[in-house]
Amino acid sequence: MIEAKNVVKVFGERTILHGIDAVFETGKTNLIIGKSGSGKTVLLKSLVGLYDIDSGDILYDGRSTKTMDRKQKNSIRQEIGMLFQGSALFDSLTVEENVRFPLDMFTDMSLEERQERANFCLKRVNIINSNHLYPSEISGGMQKRVAIARAIALNPKYLFCDEPNSGLDPVTAAVIDNLISEITKEYGITTIMNTHDMNSVFSIGEKIIFINEGHKAWEGSSDTITNSNCEPLDEFIKTTRNIISKL
Amino acid sequence: MFLASTFAHIGKYCLFLGQTCRKPEKWRVFLRNILVEIDKVGVDSMGIVTIISLFVGAVITIQTANNLDNPFIPTYTVGFAARECIILEFSPTIICLVLAGKVGSNISSEIGTMRITEQIDALDIMGINSAGYLAAPKIIAMLVSVPLLVIYSIAIGIYGGYLAGKYTGLVPPDDFIYGIHFSLKPHYIPYSLFKSTIFGFIIASISSYCGYYTHGGALEVGKSSTKAVVISSIVVLMFNLIITELLLS
Ligand SMILES: Nc1ncnc2c1ncn2[C@@H]1O[C@H](COP(=O)(O)OP(=O)(O)OP(=O)(O)O)[C@@H](O)[C@H]1O
Ligand SMILES: [Mg+2]
Repeated sequence: MIEAKNVVKVFGERTILHGIDAVFETGKTNLIIGKSGSGKTVLLKSLVGLYDIDSGDILYDGRSTKTMDRKQKNSIRQEIGMLFQGSALFDSLTVEENVRFPLDMFTDMSLEERQERANFCLKRVNIINSNHLYPSEISGGMQKRVAIARAIALNPKYLFCDEPNSGLDPVTAAVIDNLISEITKEYGITTIMNTHDMNSVFSIGEKIIFINEGHKAWEGSSDTITNSNCEPLDEFIKTTRNIISKL
Repeated sequence: MFLASTFAHIGKYCLFLGQTCRKPEKWRVFLRNILVEIDKVGVDSMGIVTIISLFVGAVITIQTANNLDNPFIPTYTVGFAARECIILEFSPTIICLVLAGKVGSNISSEIGTMRITEQIDALDIMGINSAGYLAAPKIIAMLVSVPLLVIYSIAIGIYGGYLAGKYTGLVPPDDFIYGIHFSLKPHYIPYSLFKSTIFGFIIASISSYCGYYTHGGALEVGKSSTKAVVISSIVVLMFNLIITELLLS
């Protein structure tokens, strides 16, 4: 379980996050939704610690990050997997080396064991026979799946995903969504995922937090999202619906 | 304003260097990365160093010979002058300026691309010290490769001079060889290697710094690699003056 308590983030003169309170539950796919520019990425990067927050606190299963030193933070980071908006695979490493990378850096397993684990993770995301290709030689959807394999290589307790299915066709996007949801259930991970895709909301969203201009405007589940009594959220859903109905 | 931002950069650069000096997560990976970088910055630069040294060595010899047409000055002076020129300035400084262009832009665009495609964030998120992981192997590789490249360049440069003297007929081989042995001051070689090692450090660290703090997109990667080349060249020239003043005068 990850708790955000009154998280404030300021860039220069602009306050991007105005005191966000939220609880992200274990074993569930927690979604953060909102318009482009509402502060989803900033919130996610603040939660993982890529940005230092200006006030408030973030707790990982009760462990407060505010009082931690660098060593303690690094040890928490080994329990975290993260998917970036652009997959962020290492260009100079092959698919297999990318997945093996966290194992190379943080475990004392033998090469065979590391290869075995990497292959297991790759098989889990349905990547076979591509071990020796470089990221530039595989498609965007495959890159996303390899990034998932890399993120789960160390059996993370927490998984963060920043718009994992943006820039993909709807079918591939659904594959990625389902993969994340299945892995979350299988390993009991606390998953937090940013998205502005209503398909993901209805298919895998268990707990949903709606961010509007840096404020938490609503939270609930996919069952209650259509009668939320939250005007910006209704607007957000309606616009997406309109676009879909026009297709 | 300009002064303030320069000092701010120097401070940030020092903090960056502090970060690169932390103990690596895994020595095995670290050592392998150093070898990969030595191959990339050292071995891959041998071609351009060979070509430049050969030609400049030849040109220095021909120019010196053409300008020393006074019959009272012995021809072996040409070999002597070419040697001094190559050991003291050409090989350590000019070769390092060339490396600032070749290696510096490469380092900075590589790290800059990793920054804008969130690969550096991915390293940070895993709990890896990204500055150390990326920059330290490159800096060490430069510290190892540059002095070796300079020794190699001195040898090739002098050989280029020898060939030029021989085939243009301006300097007979025996005179040239006598000249390059004439009045040899042994401490010039360590001086030259010391200064080029410092230059290697400057190039690798400034270029890594410029790449690491790239913001934005592909355009900014290009800008920061230009900045890396310009700043490291200027700093190399400044340190050249300082080191020469301190050690030789
Ligand atoms: N490093 C930064 N420095 C200054 N401002 C920033 C920075 N990162 C983001 N912002 C600002 O914060 C606001 C929120 O950005 P953010 O990237 O979180 O949006 P988002 O909700 O993720 O949008 P999208 O769906 O397009 O990814 C934007 O107005 C942006 O200009
Ligand atoms: Mg975003």
